[in-house]
This record gives sequence, structure tokens and C-alpha cells, in this order.
Amino acid sequence: MISFDFAYYRPTQLEEAVRLFGELKRRGHSPLYMAGGTEIVTLARISQLYTEAVIDIKAIPECVQLEETGSLIRIGSAVTLNRAADSGIFPLLGSLCDATADRTSRNQITVGGNLAGRIIYREAVLAFLVADSRLVAAGPSGMREIPIAEGFREVLRLQPGELLVRIETDAEYAALPYFHAKKRQLDVIDYPIVTLAALQRDGKVRMAFSGVCGFPFRSAEMEAELNRPALTAEERVDRALSRLPAPVLHDIRASADYRRHVLRTTMLDALEALEGTR
Amino acid sequence: MMRDGKEPYTAVLHVNGEDRPAVFRPADTLLHVLREKLGLTGAKPGCENGDCGACTVQVDGIPIKSCLMLAVEAEGKRVTTVEGLRGAPIQESFVKHWAFQCGYCTSGWIMNCDALTRLRPDADEKTIEQWLQSNLCRCLGQAEYGRAVQSLLNRPPAT
Repeated sequence: MISFDFAYYRPTQLEEAVRLFGELKRRGHSPLYMAGGTEIVTLARISQLYTEAVIDIKAIPECVQLEETGSLIRIGSAVTLNRAADSGIFPLLGSLCDATADRTSRNQITVGGNLAGRIIYREAVLAFLVADSRLVAAGPSGMREIPIAEGFREVLRLQPGELLVRIETDAEYAALPYFHAKKRQLDVIDYPIVTLAALQRDGKVRMAFSGVCGFPFRSAEMEAELNRPALTAEERVDRALSRLPAPVLHDIRASADYRRHVLRTTMLDALEALEGTR
Repeated sequence: MMRDGKEPYTAVLHVNGEDRPAVFRPADTLLHVLREKLGLTGAKPGCENGDCGACTVQVDGIPIKSCLMLAVEAEGKRVTTVEGLRGAPIQESFVKHWAFQCGYCTSGWIMNCDALTRLRPDADEKTIEQWLQSNLCRCLGQAEYGRAVQSLLNRPPAT
């Protein structure tokens, strides 16, 4: 049971949602946009999140859009992980969604919520990172498009009051060779020790990670090492590992040393799958 | 209109084919309102964290963990609890295959498996495994739940 009260709003238009957010903020109600709401409900229940107003975005048509039009894939922020995966619209994203939480929970967890969540193991974002997707946000000054490398650095970075409307990806990325592995401590449903998502484009490998450091990431420095010519796969992976952007997590799921070992072998698996090298 | 959230919310929820008026807090979960306001105790509180699946109901025919959904979100949707199945094939199959032990998690399993057999009548092993991972059973009845589901899948249409 959630021990505090909050007001609930269900706008049907983007402008209405943004205006509501601004008005509630001015009144000091600490509003939150809500899509699936699973993280809001679970964190509020244990008093790790407080709000006086939630703005449910699921009735806004732009937020539940899921389509491929010509060269562009559009995925609304309130599209559920199951809907995104079952559509087959972006196979790497589908594979990542299918490995997140469990099937029933994925009927509620949304793509946007997975990007915006507080839990450090966010995995849908990995597909968008390696595909150079773009975030489309609505705010008090209107709509804007943000390259994902700018809009997602460790966490989702939007302006105050901005609402993530959708994620846009060039359709060509959906057809590229990809690799995805999620390594857990033991069970089939758990947070990852290592999640790796990779794509190969123009002969170059792109990789993004979750569970390794305290945030999901894609690293240009690591990719430069991974794509260095005339070195063995092991040499390239070891050079890439020296470029990790933050300390490797060391917790109850895995020690930092073990995580690094699993990461190394998973990166080698990815190179073997995409390049046929080992 | 601005609301402060402390006002009770009045809504008509469509549950098990009936319109059920209810007064609740916007912060109340669907699980809480079903049990405490509507007297439908089939959905069970287990972890209340979305992990165990004991609270599974169907919303517009899709399995949902009612501990993760606010009751206010269910307004305008069709909610089905185990009380609303009334002798569905999956219930008979659970009995036939002894797919229950202590019984606490059974209604959650039934709601998930009922949706699986209706929405994916040609489900393969991988699909069944994926769907059944959504519920936990401390009595270890998973094999029986799987058999109960299997018996209803991939059957030729009735003539």
C-alpha cells in the first residue's frame, strides 16, 4: 500500500500534459509523468519516491504510437515492452525487451519508462544507443529532437517539465546484424551481471552495456579499441576493457573481478558472432 | 481542474462483466481496490512488488499484475479476476492435472495461463516457458501448471 496520497491526471493531448506539469510544479506538487507506472508504484510503496501528482501519458496518441514509415521507426514512450517486442519492428530492441523482467510485467513496463527509470539496469536503451536513435520530447517551448548520445548520458537528460514522447530510429538499423546477451547470477529472471547489445554497421562493431557500471552506456573510446585493425579479438577486447567509463560494479550479484571476466567473455562472444573472429 | 489528491476518487470499474461503483484513493492499487472495496479476494497479495504473480488479473484480456497498477488506471477497461472465469477450460485443466498445492498462488497462475491459452493457442515450448516465468510457486508445482496449459494448446478447432 502506498502510504501517501497523490492526484491523478490522464490528459489526452501533449500540450495538456505539459501545461498540467507546469501548473502543478508552480503549485509545488512535484509532479511526475507516468507511463506503465510500475517503478512509481513499487518505489512509492517503500517510500523511496514521493509525489503529489502523477500525469498518466497512456491516453496521448503520440505516446502510444508504434510504426515504421518508410525509413523511420517510431516507438512511443508509453508503448509496452511486449508490444514493442511482439511487433518485430526492431529485432535487437525486441530481444532486449524480452529479457527484461517477466512476460506479465512487460505488459505494463514501457519503453519510455525503461529509459527514464531510476533502477540502474535499464536495457531497452541499449538498442537505441547503438542505433544512434533520436529522442523526441515535448516541453513548454514545443517539441524538440535530441540525439540519444546527448539525451541519455548515464540517465535520461530532459529539460524540466519535458515529456519523452517517442524514440525515432532509422529503419536501416533494424536490418543490421546484431548480438544480445544477458548474463545473470543464476535464475532466468534477474537483474544482469552483464547485458551486452551490439550491432555491426559498415564493418564496425558498436556495443552498449548494462549491469557493468552504475549506469547503461555506450563508449566511443571502447569502440575505437574494438575496431582497431590488425589486432586479435582478445587484444581488442582487453584494450577496450581498459577504457571502461566508470568502476565495475561490485555487489551481491557479482564481484567486480567476476563481472569483468563475464564481460570479457561476452564481448568475445559478440565479436565472434558478428565478425566470425576469435 | 487542480486536485490535491486527498479527495477520494469515485469511479465505476467494469469487473467480471459488471459495473462496480467504488470510492478509493488515486494512490490505491487495483489489487487493494479489488480486495478491500469490491470484496473480490481471488487476486492474492504476495510480494506486492511485481515479482510473484499471485495478484495476476486480466485487464482487457491481458494478464496484469494488479499490485503494479493503480485502480484509477483501470477505469474504462475490462477487468477479469478469477471469480469471473466461472469454469473456464483452464480451471478444469488445473483440477485434472493436480495443478495446485497450497493454493495461494493458484488464482494468479490460472489468470496468466487462461490468457496464454486464449491469446497464444499455438504457443511453442519457448513461449510457454516465457509466460510461465511470470508466476512463482513455493510448492514447486510448475511442472503441473505446464501440463495443464499444454493440454489446452495446439488442439484442432472444435467441429
